[in-house]
Formats: sequence, structure tokens, C-alpha cells
Amino acid sequence: MRSPLMSLMVAMAKGFVRDKMTLFWAVAFPLMFLILFGGIFTDQGAAKLDVVQVGQVAVLDEMPDQAREALGEGFDIEKVTSLDAALGQLKDGDVDGVVTQDGDKVVVHFSAADQVKAAQVQGWFQGIVQAANQSVADTPPAFQLQTEQVEDESLEQIQYVTPSLLGWAVAMSAAFGAALNLVSWRVNGLLRRLRLAPIRTSSVVMARIGVSLVVALGQAAIFIGLATAAFGLKLSGWWPLIIPLLAAGTLSFLSIGMLGGAVSKTEEGAIGLANFIVLPMAFLSGSFFPLDGAPKWLQIVSNCLPLKHLNDGMLDVMVRGQGPSAIVLPMIILLGFALVLGTIAARLFRWDT
Amino acid sequence: MGASITVDGLVMTYGSLRAVDDISFTVGPGEFFGLLGPNGAGKTTTLETVEGLRKATAGRVDIDGFDPWKRQPELQRRIGVQLQSSSFFERLTAREQLVTFAALYGIGTDRADDLLEQVGLVDKADSPVEDLSGGQKQRLSIACALVHDPEVLFLDEPTAALDPQSRRNLWDFLQGLNGSGRTVVLTTHYMEEAETLCDRVAIIDHGRILELDTPDALIRSLDVPTRIRLDPEAITVDAARVLTGALDVHSTAGSVVIETREPGPLLAELASRDALEGLAVSKGTLEDVFLSRTGREYRA
Repeated sequence: MRSPLMSLMVAMAKGFVRDKMTLFWAVAFPLMFLILFGGIFTDQGAAKLDVVQVGQVAVLDEMPDQAREALGEGFDIEKVTSLDAALGQLKDGDVDGVVTQDGDKVVVHFSAADQVKAAQVQGWFQGIVQAANQSVADTPPAFQLQTEQVEDESLEQIQYVTPSLLGWAVAMSAAFGAALNLVSWRVNGLLRRLRLAPIRTSSVVMARIGVSLVVALGQAAIFIGLATAAFGLKLSGWWPLIIPLLAAGTLSFLSIGMLGGAVSKTEEGAIGLANFIVLPMAFLSGSFFPLDGAPKWLQIVSNCLPLKHLNDGMLDVMVRGQGPSAIVLPMIILLGFALVLGTIAARLFRWDT
Repeated sequence: MGASITVDGLVMTYGSLRAVDDISFTVGPGEFFGLLGPNGAGKTTTLETVEGLRKATAGRVDIDGFDPWKRQPELQRRIGVQLQSSSFFERLTAREQLVTFAALYGIGTDRADDLLEQVGLVDKADSPVEDLSGGQKQRLSIACALVHDPEVLFLDEPTAALDPQSRRNLWDFLQGLNGSGRTVVLTTHYMEEAETLCDRVAIIDHGRILELDTPDALIRSLDVPTRIRLDPEAITVDAARVLTGALDVHSTAGSVVIETREPGPLLAELASRDALEGLAVSKGTLEDVFLSRTGREYRA
């Protein structure tokens, strides 16, 4: 015979694994994104720049082979004779720059439509012209530039997307699970029936927490397993610290779901509300793409969301090689979030419709 | 075995609506008690307050010295409740439902198998609850209410939406439960069910008790004439009109109906004429009592 708590957990867990739709949304759907981001968009690198050369351009034509090879990695240079045709292509966005030489002047035409590429084209040619000037003057350069990347920026796509998408998957299943569970049990009258059984009210909540924790760990195992085996994810030493992080995160998302479940009258309403909260939260927490380039105010909003802190913490210990100190702040924020929302949800809790 | 219930001056108001308006009754140990009433009369609200699902606006409910609104395990182990909706764990099989409920009451799995047999669901033990028919769900929900062998059983419209076979079988089952000494309280709007099962019934409308007695006493008090039905070949309408004690005579499809308050002499006279073909005698039913007290207009 099982304890009341255990029997409720088993009942919830069976209800979960027997519902193909819930399983799909909790496991298969986020995995699709992992495969999409991790497999298809990996190693794409920066797009090459297409540059059209019109007529003779000495700095390019007389470039040493070694320099030309290095250049070739970032550029495709096509030679044409008609400037007008080339400028037409530039205006249409088919090429990124047009270069001509007029006496001593190297003229680079660019389009302001794509500012990133425009800057790249200008930067490259500035470098080329300077190098050419130096070699003409035959003086060694006074300064040399050496570039080194730090660990964080060398994160390959899969290193970034695995923790981030895992955070989203856990948020989704914890919030949806709690909201749906609460509403469907209230609508079908099971909550009232449980109220008449000699169990503590907290047993129902504890059972839900237990099931969601197991589901979250299962999602982590599947995600990390697949990313390691198929996409070459490399875990850093302290990665098991994601377990306490996931537990704290699950509590936060459960409290969101409990709140949604407390205010929704129907299951459809609960699903809608959970979606309304979780999907924008995932975007704003960098689950799908990094927010480094986002405006300041967006980053402030992002810092108010629990998923952002779960993602940060998991990135730190899973792939950035940081230690236990990296999870302290995220843990405090996640648990605080769970406490506040959980208290509100408990106040709004209703046994029946 | 069998607990007693006292309801004293129960009032439930929702805003300006008095759903239950000063209801009092007692149910003795081992009694089978029925709450009858049209839809919206207040019988379910009354039952739910007695079960402890609702807090009374005023008045007192007492089950063997316990106030059901205060959730006390000692009382909760004594009462079994079948709710109006089928409240199950989704996607669990019939047997798993019972095992889960049993565990909530600290009872082992053997009980689940016993109950499946008692309610005739052995061959549905491994079917998910979603695949059960209305009657099977109804029986399973009663089994779930019985899982901890309670002394009091509350049933809210247990035979609603059942076919006649299921209904009769369930009646037998419920009589058996009561026979073993349990107190049973049920709500229904099937008069035949109340007549068959209940020791006493309360007829409720607009939140008040209109009548409270045994079904037989209620029918007697109604003072409706006895109806005697005969084949048209046995007697003509005109011949029947002149019989001693005949109040009203009319013919329906296939029979002649005589109403009388002195059925004895009238039947003797028919017998002496050898005019008893197709004889059927009926007195008023609980339904007549019900309709005469609650009226005929449509309800919610």
C-alpha cells in the first residue's frame, strides 16, 4: 500500500504519461527546437560578402597570394566591366559592395540597406588599402593587432541552445502541468472529492511538485543525452549543479501555473493563460536567441522573469565552466519568485467552481 | 455501524437567494433517507452542506457529534460521498481509481478487487475511466465512495441517466448496503426510486421541507381515489357509471378506468358479475404526492 502522497503522485504521473498530447508538448516539441537550432543552424558561420570589382583595382589585383587566401574566407569577388550594371546589383541587394579604382583612389560603393554588411565592406577595404600603403612605404608596422576570443563568445550554437531550450521546456511543462491539473480536477469535481478524504490539502500540492520535479529531470536527461550524442555538446565540470537550479526553477513555474489554474474557470482558459505567460517569457529570457543585442529596457524586463535566471545559471555551470557560486543568485531569485507567486496562488485557490 | 445525522435550522444564502431556508431533519442510525425535490429546490445544496463541502450561512449540522465543515479525519473516515459529477483521476483505469482512493484512506489494494466485484465491474477493471459507460461510471463512483467501508453514505442522484436494468441492479446493491446497517442519504427526482429504497423522505422545494414522512404515510395522506382498470370487453363505460361508489368513469386506449374511494364493495360487485378481465388496481403514488405539493410548472 502506498502513502496518500505517493498514491496521488502515481495517479498524476500516470495521467501525464498516458496523455499523448501533454507528452508531445512537454518533450517532443522542445526537442524539435533543439534539433532545429542545434542541428540545422549549426556551423553556418557568418555569411560571405559578395563584392563586385569593376575594371582594374590594383590593391586587389596585386595582393600577395597569402593575403588573397585570407581574404577569400570572407569575400567572394566577381569581376565585371560595367559599373552601371554592378551598381544596379548593389541597389537590388544582390551584392554587398562594388569596388573601382580611379587613379590613386579606391572607390567602394555600399548600400545602407544592410548596415552590418556595409560596415564590414568598408572595414575590410580600409584594411586592404592600409596594408597596401605600408608595403609601398616599405616600413614595418609600429603596432600589430592580435585578436583572441574568450570562452563565452566561442560558445558554439549547441552549447548555447541546450541549456536555454531546456529552461523553456521545463517552464512549459511545469506551468502547464500545474494549471491544467488544478483546473481539470476542479472542473470534474475531483478536488472536492479529495477535500472529503482524510488527507492534508498540502498533499495535493506536494504531489504536483513531486511529479513536476521528476518530469523536469527527465527532460534534462533527454535534452543533454541527445545534445551530447548527436550534436557534440560539451559539458563543463559543474554541470550537475543544474539539478538544484531546475528544482528551484520548477517551483517558480509551478507557482505561475498554480496562479493561472486558480484564476481560470476552464481547461481551455488555463492553457491559453499558460501560453500567454510562458511563450513571451521564453523569448524575453533568451531561450531561443541571446538577448545581448536587445535594448536596455528589454533587458530590464528580462531580468524580472524567472526563466532568465534559470537560463543564466544553467549556462554558467553547464557550458561556461563556472562553479557553485554561479548558482547562488539565480537560486535565491527563483525561490523568492516561487514563494511570492505561490502565496498569492494559495490565497486565490478554490476547491470548486 | 450506522451513524446518526442532525440538521437543525439550516440556512444557505447566495446573495439575495435563499437556496436553503430553515431546513431541519434527523436521520437515525441505519436509516435510508431520501431528499426529493425538483431541480433547483435546494436538495443538493443541503446534501453538500451535510457532507461538509459547504459552510452553512446559519444553522447546525452534526454527524455523530462532529461538525462536517471542520475537516476532521475521524469523521472523514466514517462518511462516504458520491458526488453528482463523475469525479475521477483522468486516464486511470477503474481498478487504479479504487486503489488510489483506498490509499488515500490508508487501505490496501484487496478492497479494490472486492468492490469491483460487488459493483459488477470486474471485466472493466483495466479500462480507462473515459471508456466506461454512464452506468459503469456511476457504479464506479459509488464503489469509490465505499472504498473505506463508511458508516454513512451520501449519494447525489445515483441513478441519473441509467437504463432500467442498471437502475434496478443499483437499487438492489444500495438496499444491500443499507441492510448491512449503514446510514444512507440520497437525493433523487425519481419517485419510484424513493418509494422503493427510502425509509423516510423529505420533499423539498424553494429551500424548504414541504413534507417529511415514510413514503406510505405520504401517499395515504394525499387521499387520491383508487383507480380500477378493466378490459373494455369486461364492462361498458355506461354500465360502470352505475356501479356503487364509482366517482368517475372514462375510457382510455384499450381500457375502462373507474375511480372510487370504496374499492372493496366495487370490486366485489365486479367479481359477482364476472367482469374482472384485465383488472389492475392502483392507488396514488409518491409522484402524485410530489406533484400535488410542488406543482406542475417547469423548473430549472
